[in-house]
Amino acid sequence: MNLQFKKIIFYAAILLAGIFAPIVFPAYTFQLAVLWMMILFALTWDILGGQMGYNSLGNILFFGAGMYICTVVQIGMYYDVAEYTAHFGAVKIDFTPYQYFTGISAGLVIAAFACAIIAVIFGWIVFGLRGPYFAIGTLGVAIAAGELVGAWDYVGGGGGISLPNYPGGPGDREMFFYMLCFISAVCTFIFLKWLYSTRFQLALNAIRDDEEKAEAMGIHTNRYKTIAWSFAAFFLGISGGIFGNMTGFIEPLEVAFPTVTFGIFMVLMVLLGGKGTLWGPVIGAIIFHVIKEITWTYLLGWQWVALGALIIINVVYFQQGIMGWAQEKWPEFFGITVDEAITSAEENSPAEKEASL
Amino acid sequence: MNKIIQVRDVNKSFGGVVANRNISMDVEEGKITGLIGPNGSGKTTLFNSIVGYHPIDSGTIHFDNREISQLKVQKIARLGILRTFQQTRIYSKMNCVKNMLISAAHHNTKWLDMFTEYPQELSERAEHLLEFVGLYSKRFLISGDLSFGQQKLLEFAMALMNEPKVLLLDEPTAGINPTLINGLIDRLKRANHEFGITLFVIEHNMRVVMNLAESIYCLAHGEMLSHGTPEAIKQDQKVIDAYLGAH
Repeated sequence: MNLQFKKIIFYAAILLAGIFAPIVFPAYTFQLAVLWMMILFALTWDILGGQMGYNSLGNILFFGAGMYICTVVQIGMYYDVAEYTAHFGAVKIDFTPYQYFTGISAGLVIAAFACAIIAVIFGWIVFGLRGPYFAIGTLGVAIAAGELVGAWDYVGGGGGISLPNYPGGPGDREMFFYMLCFISAVCTFIFLKWLYSTRFQLALNAIRDDEEKAEAMGIHTNRYKTIAWSFAAFFLGISGGIFGNMTGFIEPLEVAFPTVTFGIFMVLMVLLGGKGTLWGPVIGAIIFHVIKEITWTYLLGWQWVALGALIIINVVYFQQGIMGWAQEKWPEFFGITVDEAITSAEENSPAEKEASL
Repeated sequence: MNKIIQVRDVNKSFGGVVANRNISMDVEEGKITGLIGPNGSGKTTLFNSIVGYHPIDSGTIHFDNREISQLKVQKIARLGILRTFQQTRIYSKMNCVKNMLISAAHHNTKWLDMFTEYPQELSERAEHLLEFVGLYSKRFLISGDLSFGQQKLLEFAMALMNEPKVLLLDEPTAGINPTLINGLIDRLKRANHEFGITLFVIEHNMRVVMNLAESIYCLAHGEMLSHGTPEAIKQDQKVIDAYLGAH
């Protein structure tokens, strides 16, 4: 009961901090919004990378796809998309508040489901690959997607699309997008917390530990893999839609499919925090984002070197990440323990003796 | 007696190497059947063919009067043929209880069952079986940290958790010390009697296989050399020349 109470206090504190942070630190609203987005990235990457052992380097695909799908739906509901993108830089169409909010809501919902479907289709193709081949295969798909969108004039090609203006003041705009980021990250966390309490998590872990054994035991491995990826894609699609609107301008290579920044960051954050845990990605994302912002501000020019050093330290000395390290240091806290009472009672039973030989 | 697995004229080659040539054999329901033969004689290949790990070149394999040689590994496992591996395979980063729970049978799981918690009776069964193999007190340890012998016991318990009709065991006693072997033989027999699971065992340890099996097949160079009761096999000159005599 006491523990339950402490947990409620803990979660309530995080929620309150999330809601009041931009009010207390209004100058950092955009950075805080990006932080929630980073948490969402890390959480969704960990579904495959941590829980299932499939290191995808192409999850950014769903971020970019969500961004473009959301934008096209938003605009397409009220204007001709090809005409709007051709207008780019010239006449700017003003959306009424009604058009804007209905557009963004529909866009986010459609982006989420469309990305889940894309994951099913790509999963069908790339899940035949294992280990490093899967990583390279997914990376290839993400890069190809960026190039393809860049060559597609209907969505503005390499010139990108300027998103509809937010119908309100700049302060309102920042708060609106902060809240969207905050809510989507919290929803992702709650969803995964529930998902990892069901047999779904055990099946993912079984695939991670020994996929061939899982097959031999009759687990529907393809079903689990595909659904897991489409969950990740669903939430990444939403985050892409939000991020596109938050930046106000999207183009294929730097914003929508930034393979070498966001695409790699999502992997690093999970490695830093600890793979295959619920809290690891969250902690990793927070630390990573803070370090990144500090080095970008105070070590400008050397920021990539600092980041590289962090990666090397992490990968060489600290492979299991923060949560993995904690689990090794305090196993009892994580329930990894020998049942002492039983051991002493069964000490004399032959079965136990044999087993301990 | 009902022949639960019927293998007829199965051929399997890897490039120029013929691993199985015209193999025909039966596994009788409710019994323990042994499979012996020198290294490289095609025993594990035959196992792999039965569980659908690779396609066979020709011949038929029937399980419960159903042709299964075209089916996939998972499908065959869900029908009720399960195998353990020569190199013990468990889910090494999960604890023993989780290893057991995920091994529960998947043949009648529906789509939405993926998102449910495990029912109480499954947890109880998992604990009961862990007790059966003597790992109850270690049930919350990460299974990869257990000793090799304990991992073998865990793999066996996982197979029982799945409630298969037939269990194919690939060298269950390899690498296990003699004391533990006696306990394992006893448990294999109990699994056969008490849980009614048909066993089909590859085994190099003659004491074990003679003690365990009621019917033994002997392979050599990919061909079926001999078949009979343990006594008959011991007396068979062909088997002695090819295998037993080598000791």
